[in-house]
Formats: sequence, C-alpha cells, structure tokens
Amino acid sequence: MNALSDVLSQGAQMSLVLGVAPLLTGFVRKVKARLLRRRGPPLLQPYRDLIRLMRKDVVLADNASWLFRVIPYLIFAGTWVAASLVPTFGNGLLFSWTADLIAIIALLGSARFFQALAGMDVGTAFGGIGSSREVMIASLAEPAMLITVFSVAMIAGSTQLPNVAEFMGSDAVGLRVSLGMAFVALTIVALAENARIPVDNPATHLELTMVHEAMVLEYSGRHLALIDLSSHLKLLLYVSLIACVFLPWGTATADAGVGRLVFGALLYFGKLAGLGFLLAVFETSIAKMRVFRIPEFLGAALMLALLATLLRFVSGSL
Amino acid sequence: MSSLQFDIAHLLAGCLVLASFMMLYQDRLYALLNVYALHASVLALSVAWQAYVQQAPHLYVTALIALVFKAIIIPVALHRIIKRLGIHREIENVIGIGLTMMAGIGLVALSMVVMLRVTPSADALAREDLAFALSVVLLGLLIMVTRRNAVSQVVGFMSLENGLVLAATGAKGMPLVVEISVAFSVLIAFIVIGVFLFRIRERFDSVDVQELDRFRGERR
Repeated sequence: MNALSDVLSQGAQMSLVLGVAPLLTGFVRKVKARLLRRRGPPLLQPYRDLIRLMRKDVVLADNASWLFRVIPYLIFAGTWVAASLVPTFGNGLLFSWTADLIAIIALLGSARFFQALAGMDVGTAFGGIGSSREVMIASLAEPAMLITVFSVAMIAGSTQLPNVAEFMGSDAVGLRVSLGMAFVALTIVALAENARIPVDNPATHLELTMVHEAMVLEYSGRHLALIDLSSHLKLLLYVSLIACVFLPWGTATADAGVGRLVFGALLYFGKLAGLGFLLAVFETSIAKMRVFRIPEFLGAALMLALLATLLRFVSGSL
Repeated sequence: MSSLQFDIAHLLAGCLVLASFMMLYQDRLYALLNVYALHASVLALSVAWQAYVQQAPHLYVTALIALVFKAIIIPVALHRIIKRLGIHREIENVIGIGLTMMAGIGLVALSMVVMLRVTPSADALAREDLAFALSVVLLGLLIMVTRRNAVSQVVGFMSLENGLVLAATGAKGMPLVVEISVAFSVLIAFIVIGVFLFRIRERFDSVDVQELDRFRGERR
C-alpha cells in the first residue's frame, strides 16, 4: 500500500509539472496582454502550439549532425527531471532524497550546455550569437545561483529541498536579512535563466538582441515542440523553487493524507498564479536591457548572494 | 536578549551594508543622493532600535539627528548644489562596477574576519554591530576612492560617518555630548566642503578632482 501510494504521488507530481507548465506560460502571456490592454491569446494557446508542432514534419539542415537530432530529447529529459524534483504540493515523495538543489542546478546546467551546442551545430550566424550570449549569461547566473543556494543551505542546514522547505515553514527561521537578499538574487537569476524581459524578450523571434530564440532558430516540428515544452518547464521549475523555498506554507508533509495533498496542490496553484501575475507585472513595467548591461544586472545578483552568505556568517558565528 | 531583538538589529545593520553597496553601484548623482537618504534613514531606524534594546533614551536623540540632518537636510542641500553646479546629468565611473563590487565584497569579508576575531568577549549585538559598522566605513572609503566627482566623494564621506555612528551606538554608553559634537562637526565639514566645491568649480570649470592632480603637476 505504502509503496503504491508513494509511486502514485511521485507520478502525480511528474505529470503535474508537465501538464501545468504550458498553462503557466499561457497565464503569464495572458496577464501581460491584459496589462497592455490587448485581449491576448487564450490560456490554452501554448498547448495548441505544442500539439500543432508535434504534428508537423521536422525540417533538418543538410549539415546537421546526429547531435542536433538528439539534443531536444536530452534537454527535455534533463529539464523534466529537474522540474519534478522540486517539491510542489507535498514534501514526502519517493524521490525526495534526490531533490538536492545542487543536483537540480547540475541538471539545468547540462541542459543548457547541450542547447548551446545545438545552437552552433548547424553553423548559422544567429545560432552562434545566441550560444555565445547564453553562455555569457550562464557564466554569471550559475555562480550567483550556487552562492544563493549556499546561503539558503547555511540557514536551513541542508541542500535537500524537502528539508529546506520544512525548515522555512517552521518557526525556527526567524527574521533573516540573508534570506531577503537570497530571494532577490534568486529572482534575478530566474529572470535571466528563463529569458524573461530585462535580459531577453520571450515574445520575439527575429531580433538582433535575442538570446534563447536565436539558439533554437533552426529547430522545427517535434524538436521545437520539445524545446518549447522544456522552456515552459524551466519557468515552472524556477517559480516552484521560489515558492518552495520562500513561501513554503501549506505544503503537505511526508505522512499527510489525501486531503492534505489536495489542499497542498490547490495552494500550489494559488502560489503559481500569484508569482506568475507578479512576473507579468514586472515584465510590463520594465524595458529590456542592452546586452552589455546584463553582466551588471547579474553581477548585482552575485553580489547580493555573496553578501547574504557573509551576513549569515556573522549571525551564525555569534 | 531575545533572538528576535538580535534578528531585527541584524536585519537593520545588514540593510545598512546593502545600502552602502547600492551607493557603490549608482553612477548617477541624483540617484546616489536618494540612496544616501535611504542609507541615513536605515541608520536612524537601526539606532532607534538600539535605543529600544539597550533602553537608552539618549540614543533616540541620535536617531532623530540622523533622520533630520542626514536623511533630509544634507541630501536636499546637495541636490541644490548639484543643480547650481549644473552637473546633474553627469555619469561617472573610474573603474568598472564589477571590479568595484568585488573590492567591496572583499572589504566586507575583511571587516567581518577582523571584527569577529578581535571581539570574542563582547556581547553578540555589539560584535555584530561593530563588524557591520567597519564594513560601512570601509565601503564609504571605497566610494571616496573610486569616484572622481567631488560631490560623490562628499557622499562617500557622509556614509563613512554613518558607519561610525553605527559603531558608536553598538558600543554601550556613548555619551550624547559626543554624538552631538560629531554630528555638528560633520555638518560644519559639509558646509566647508560645499564652499570648496564652488571654489573648485570657479577655478577649474569642473568638479572632477583629477583637475586638482593636474594642477599640482602630478603625472598621470
């Protein structure tokens, strides 16, 4: 019975993140459109796009290598596994012992590595530009993310996400300035990693400043569908990571019944909607940065994360 | 002392360090002044919290001085000076922001290592305050070193003084007389610097202090 329910809840989690991810993207797009007083595409448009892309034939460049064909599956697998490791509605999942923050960063990092390779594989100029910029952003965002994780882990005493969430939900946290800084740093990293507005514009396809879209320009058909789905998943991952670490209330504990799990899931949807709404408001109220200002923006995240760690050292050593 | 009291003191002092970093990051003069006003307000809050924790009513006066002089009068006066000098649109940078930030982080780490080593017997609140105060002082010095514009050097100097006040309130039993005299000497320094600013500009048509180096005949 126990093993069965464990497998069931883990499966529910995995299919939940996969099913909800396009909805979150659709929701953010819809809110953005409404804020600009446009009607916007329907909420389910990302699903329709994915289905349409799945049906279409793949067009491959003549000089595309086998790597080019394999990479969409690698990216999708890595991102999906990473996204399903983040606790969403409940903490006590079967694989929660693997839900380590550093493992999640490593999965995302390898997905990004393959994506950058794919951008350069066909040999178009756009792909090369996209890859080089993506790697430039990553080289700043990843250290910031890692140091943020360190400061959170120093406070919570663990890099395992379920333990972190449990600690953050308890009264032992207190009032910590380090957590505030870590939150801001993580938000900046999330914006950069998901190609959201101050760093990259997710709504354009042909622009000289684009980063993510430039890398995937050569993909079509089901490959493109998989890559799009992975970027939806990545957005969901970061939003649920922020929700899990900084808004951990209401997540079901390990021994919770079905009612608690359902409650946790409902609350999780509420958190997703709230954070998605905030993201849309932020994106409509700010302009895109020049590419050469991005290092400063991400440098601020790195600085905040370092400062959070240092401040934690002071209060921890007293 | 309960842990919540310590946490709030830690929060406010940490915010002060953060505000110092924001000043280091700003390259526009008006924004720099606004951040300085924020810096001084956070200082006032922090001092008021110390007054509450230590139950020392004279520290409330210190907080009031910080709020009125440093958060309101000095920024407004500097605003007017900038307007009269006509330099409000200038952007300045000596070395890159990234390098400055790294240097700042290094200074904060240094001050924490130093302060936590040398004060093992003091109580937690004072140690923590001293560590942050030293980093605010060092960051103020860093601002003064990395800026060319005389007005932003003044702002760096003022933020350095904020760090001194933080240190002084953390150590119990600073008499009010000292605090008032420090506040007034800073105000007088401010006025003198203000006069100098105009003299510098009359002479060199700029408040870039590199002109002074050139005038002294130093090679660059």
